[in-house]
Amino acid sequence: MVRRPMFREGAIEALPMAIGVVAWGLVAGVAMAKSDMGVPLAILMSVVVYAGSAQIASLPLIAADAPMWVVWATTLCVSLRFMAFSFHYRPYFAHLPRRRRIALSFLMGDTNFVLFVRRFPEFRPGDQHEDYFLGSALVTFGAWQLSIITGIVAGHGIPASWGIGFAGTMALLALTCTQLRSPVSSVAAVVAGCAAVAAYALPLKLNIIVAIAAAVAVGVLADRAGAKA
Amino acid sequence: MSSLEVFLTTLGMAFITLACRSFFLLPKQDLPMPPWLREGLRHAPIAALAAVVAPELVMTQGHLIDTWRDARIFGALAGLAFYAWRRSLFGTIICGTGAMLALRFTLGW
Repeated sequence: MVRRPMFREGAIEALPMAIGVVAWGLVAGVAMAKSDMGVPLAILMSVVVYAGSAQIASLPLIAADAPMWVVWATTLCVSLRFMAFSFHYRPYFAHLPRRRRIALSFLMGDTNFVLFVRRFPEFRPGDQHEDYFLGSALVTFGAWQLSIITGIVAGHGIPASWGIGFAGTMALLALTCTQLRSPVSSVAAVVAGCAAVAAYALPLKLNIIVAIAAAVAVGVLADRAGAKA
Repeated sequence: MSSLEVFLTTLGMAFITLACRSFFLLPKQDLPMPPWLREGLRHAPIAALAAVVAPELVMTQGHLIDTWRDARIFGALAGLAFYAWRRSLFGTIICGTGAMLALRFTLGW
């Protein structure tokens, strides 16, 4: 597998993004270490959930002894973007056996999604989509798990003032930029950003859902207006 | 929460995230969906990313910042400028984080 050219290409293109992944992984790990859930459970969560934003969102709820369903509802809201990713991956992976699809699904993340759509803007039969996906996804997975487990174990030794979390935010900002492919997509991004800030006070991270709904609605309207003009 | 509760919560979270990730990959047939929604969903990933990034840049403790002297804003602008110039993901991260740290440690923003 490692010798396949598209696997290598995916892995190599994921490497520069690994710095953002590592920064964010460290921050998430430190946050988990400080949550008093204990090292074994923190590591278990990192490995089986593998979704930084959902993990960070769950920590204050777990610390506050919130009901389980509240944590799960929050996880659902934060994870809805993965649903959008899987919608985009469908044409590329729908022909694979079910187990394979589930395994690939587990490895979906922000970084490898953006790299993937940049490399394959449209589905063309015969491209080695799966090799590329696995290359970039496994590099991201490795970088994430190493850094988050380091954060969990080293925990209190890393001061918050270093602002390493900002590198993770910058990585997401850079990923957002790559998705600005048309004026309508820029408008959708601005609408989503404003809506997420405006609706921030909503519980369960519903602000992300409000933002996606607003941006999709504006995008549809703008596309239609553009088609008529 | 007790350790057992945290354990069960974690398993539930794992199931929910995997269900979201595989949602459109699992069904054999394409899910019936009106064309406008199919078109609109193309904007969903960028919207989701922007919705995660924006509060990180302009909010502190759940409130909108009330000063322009915030190192994060200038870090983000530096990152955006670098992206517009070079289209490099790696450079954007380095430039934005560097600008933020420089302002924080020199001016204390």
